[in-house]
Amino acid sequence: MILSEESVRLMREKAQQYPRRKSAILPALTIAYRQVGYLDGAIYREISRTIGVPYVEIAEAATFYTMFPKQPVGKYLIQVCHNISCALMGADSLIEYLEQKLGIRKGETTPDKMFTLISVECLGSCATAPMMQINHDFYENLTPEEVDRILDELRARA
Amino acid sequence: MSFYSPVRTNAAEAASSDKLHLFKYVEDPEQHTVKRYEEHGGYAAWKKVLAGMKPEEVIETVKNSGLRGRGGAGFPTGVKWSFVPKASPKPRYLCCNADESEPGTCKDRVLMERDPHAVIEGMAIGAYAIGCHLMFIYIRGEFGHCIERMEQARKEAYEAGHLGKNIYGSGYDLDMIVHTGGGAYICGEETALLNSLEGEKGLSRIRPPFPAVEGLYACPTIVNNVESLASVPHIINRGADWYRKLGTEKSTGTKVFSLSGHVKQPGNYEVELGFPLKKLIYDEQYGGGILGDKKLKGVIPGGASTPFLKPDMIDVGLDYESLVEQSSMLGSGAIIVFHEDTCIVWVILKLIHFFRHESCGKCTPCREGTGWLEQIIRRIEAGEGRKGDLETIEDLCGNILGRTICPLGDAAVMPIQSALRLWREEWEYHIENKKCMVKSHFPFK
Repeated sequence: MILSEESVRLMREKAQQYPRRKSAILPALTIAYRQVGYLDGAIYREISRTIGVPYVEIAEAATFYTMFPKQPVGKYLIQVCHNISCALMGADSLIEYLEQKLGIRKGETTPDKMFTLISVECLGSCATAPMMQINHDFYENLTPEEVDRILDELRARA
Repeated sequence: MSFYSPVRTNAAEAASSDKLHLFKYVEDPEQHTVKRYEEHGGYAAWKKVLAGMKPEEVIETVKNSGLRGRGGAGFPTGVKWSFVPKASPKPRYLCCNADESEPGTCKDRVLMERDPHAVIEGMAIGAYAIGCHLMFIYIRGEFGHCIERMEQARKEAYEAGHLGKNIYGSGYDLDMIVHTGGGAYICGEETALLNSLEGEKGLSRIRPPFPAVEGLYACPTIVNNVESLASVPHIINRGADWYRKLGTEKSTGTKVFSLSGHVKQPGNYEVELGFPLKKLIYDEQYGGGILGDKKLKGVIPGGASTPFLKPDMIDVGLDYESLVEQSSMLGSGAIIVFHEDTCIVWVILKLIHFFRHESCGKCTPCREGTGWLEQIIRRIEAGEGRKGDLETIEDLCGNILGRTICPLGDAAVMPIQSALRLWREEWEYHIENKKCMVKSHFPFK
């Protein structure tokens, strides 16, 4: 089993709230993603057994939604918003800065599997731009000094 | 990491105002607890409704208040509620649309994070008005803090007896589910949202039937925006007449505007509808003027899918009607400002890349058209534009507009058409000279 007992418990608890079990697909995917960090076929199969919805329906939904990585990523998934409000406040420069700091290009993972850098669409932090989401947390009003501090802190934590 | 969004608000102004109400307590760090919400008069409207208002009276009150949908479409909320067929034997559902993802919009997030019970109370009143016993809030999956806050608030609301069985001894039962999305902009469109809530891909549905007749699980369903619902308790407490006196004659009430881009003080500001756009951008209390005291070049007044305003068009009131007169829209109230160092082709490239990425793929004009538009605009921006490209863009836009099931196709096209109309010479310069008229290069502080 990839899914932890806790994830299974959370999924079952969620599934029994809905009038139809199929509605629990997205919440179940979210629970799995939060535990594992990505989704794939083996995980869909376990979700299918856990909430009692056919595998194909899980896979169909999962592949539509871009929030879930479909392959393993670094320990920290850095998602920089590149949409208009953030771009006006320097999102492109922020991405370049991160590429230099991490020694990778956008879309790549550092050799030590610590960081994956991608850019994403608007995350609803337009008035606190530029921003990035790392795993499930938002980091807003970013400056180079702030980015340095965040990366050091994450490295220290790992 | 900050649990709160560190966004600037005008809560101090709202606190001492008799008119502003949505932002009164959003800087109170305890406002998200049921205890503090109740201390501030919370759940009084829900009690008032269950103690003696008929569902029709609630609908009538909201209709009379003039409240219009704050998610972008501006449809009258009370009228929407009245579309639920009274005779239907099926269960009815209410879904709060918290899939906030229109670029530039960051207001619902603040309401959910800082005043989640106001959202729950509004949802409960709406649910009662349409005879619903199970309501949902669909929150975009990336909003981890909001999801935690709403789950916690839901739990506290049950414990305090505001939700559950036989609420306040009235005999009315109401349950609530916090549902999370998976990062798809299209799910902010109500029919796609309902498909997504059913566990399907987020594809939009053909209307009719409208969701009020056949929505979630083919049952009557009302979908309302977070801010619309958070306004409802105030309307019940203070009356439709009080609310009607706020704003303008046709655009009543207050609204939260998200101000972003090249302003000195970006933030979320609650003002009466009809508030002067220019004042919001330049006044010390709000935007504080253009970053670096540069010259203003343009404004997107209502989120990434609304047509642009040039500097000579910003003497306009922020209400539904006045912006239509300027050939634009109030939309979700997301005001994006950019100054003279911004290349318009670069702006449009950011926007069309977004719409191509978010097109759900159901309708061919939108699926293919947004891809073609991005390719052409990308090559113009890269200095490889060709003669005739602008005409091709216009032709493509014309073949998308009005030819798709949901408004995403229109949303992708309208800013492009507007940018071609307002800054045509800059597009032509870009193609002829193979470079930007002004190069957009923005450092981050």
